[in-house]
Amino acid sequence: MRYIPHTEKDIEAMLAEIGVDSIDDLFAGIPPDLRLEKPLALPGALAESELATLLRRMQNRNLDPEEYASFLGGGAYRHFIPAAVNHIISRSEFSTSYTPYQPEVSQGTLQAIFEFQSLICLLTGMDVANASMYDGASGLAEAVLMAHRVNGKNEVLVSRAVHPEYRRTIDTYLRGGDLKIVEVPFTERGQTDLSFAADQVGERTSAIVMQNPNYFGVVEEYGALDKKAALLIVGVAEALSLGILKPPGERGADIVAGEGQSFGLPVSYGGPYVGFFAARQQYARQMPGRLVGQTVDRSGQRAYALTLATREQHIRRERATSNICTNHGLCALAATIYLALMGKTGLRELAVTNLRKTDYLKNKLAKLTGYNIRFGGDTFNEFVLQCPQPADTVRDALLEEKILAGHPLGRDHPDLADCLLLSATETNTVDEMDRLAEKLEGL
Amino acid sequence: MEIPSDLLYTKEHEWLRVNGTRGVVGITAFAQEQLGDVVFVELPAAGSPVTVGSTFGVVESVKTVSDLYAPAAGTVAAVNRELEANPEQVNREPYGNGWMIEIELADAGELKNLLSAEQYAEQVKEES
Repeated sequence: MRYIPHTEKDIEAMLAEIGVDSIDDLFAGIPPDLRLEKPLALPGALAESELATLLRRMQNRNLDPEEYASFLGGGAYRHFIPAAVNHIISRSEFSTSYTPYQPEVSQGTLQAIFEFQSLICLLTGMDVANASMYDGASGLAEAVLMAHRVNGKNEVLVSRAVHPEYRRTIDTYLRGGDLKIVEVPFTERGQTDLSFAADQVGERTSAIVMQNPNYFGVVEEYGALDKKAALLIVGVAEALSLGILKPPGERGADIVAGEGQSFGLPVSYGGPYVGFFAARQQYARQMPGRLVGQTVDRSGQRAYALTLATREQHIRRERATSNICTNHGLCALAATIYLALMGKTGLRELAVTNLRKTDYLKNKLAKLTGYNIRFGGDTFNEFVLQCPQPADTVRDALLEEKILAGHPLGRDHPDLADCLLLSATETNTVDEMDRLAEKLEGL
Repeated sequence: MEIPSDLLYTKEHEWLRVNGTRGVVGITAFAQEQLGDVVFVELPAAGSPVTVGSTFGVVESVKTVSDLYAPAAGTVAAVNRELEANPEQVNREPYGNGWMIEIELADAGELKNLLSAEQYAEQVKEES
């Protein structure tokens, strides 16, 4: 249901019904010494035209992506977004509506979320998915907390091949609690050291956290992992990989927490994105976030409603499964529309295109003198390039050529300071890739 | 409102049926009515220790979640596994098949702190 503001008459009628004179009277419970008695210190209102000019000026401080060839990945991926996505999410019923607490007036919203959940289950091979999280990083952190709720154990093994920002987010969520993180190193092939992990897994291990493909773009072969009684949590940063890789649910994942940005959301300076979260049926009650369920109304017609609400904070308070009492509805809707437009076949074709492009680029750059493909593991649409100079220097030089040559890894991995993380998607042309190779060679 | 006279009660609406050294625990007819349709009951593992007033589990209805408080101290000797598939038994037979756990009692003397059927009936009258 679209948001329709109250009129003055509506407000008066409601106040009269309650029995108060003004809205201010409703705040009588807040002690006077805590109330703000002056207006907020904000600049005055702008006319629409002034506001448009201001925003345009701010926007112009960003470089124009049309003028640059970008090979940036690292958790946010450039993919083409069909116009239908924006068109549908702009409908006011979707873009202005609130949380569908009242199923009788929100069937459209609820159905859309149910479709999103269903698609995520299909893509991840899991039994139940929620209505979305903020992003992949926070979703992964919540997965760690969930594993602890399931088995009560205190140790979490986290692969160093997981996105550094996802790992920092997990740190933040765990701070002050009893959970301890043990880092699992990665091998020379760029994959998580599974034998190290297998040695570490014991009585105290709650979960093992890996990402696939991992931060270096390398595909992890975690199907062989002996997780014993621990839960396997698989993070996904490039959702498109689910169009070509075996679903985590078929390879032993107990919880999957990923980033859905690749499905119809622009890179947009880091957000808003959409986290997807899925788990095995037996753990459903320990899941964070909202869940939409399918049911029938009293006439026997199929209907949707929020369900298992007793996990949530407004009912369970401090013992809720999470304090996330929201979801990224509009972003999840964009992802749902994108997936519906792509279809099962289209998604796979797009994934194959990405794979081919990256393969082309990888092979081309491997031939350059002084440059190496740093890790031997198989990759999807990202890989690590070792350069003959510090990666920052290479990146800066190529910026002058209007090329965004990927992400220097030195900040998070000092031993990889000569490495760039590069991604090639369907949006990169052969000309762009050839030019990148040419410029790298010329340094 | 059924309040069997052969049981002992807590202020939090649990009942205790003593059988020798063991005690069976559930929630009262009043409690299940307040909760509404029970959809899930979370019970402890057999062997878990309980103390008076400690939470031994959780009962979930469509609209709310409530802690379950142990009326006596001891060890959980048995758990009503049927409630996993049929939580509605708590509503249908709160004193019968809706039982939740059986405790191997640590101290039979402790039970004097529990309410008699008459005392519990008084409390229910006040709360209604």
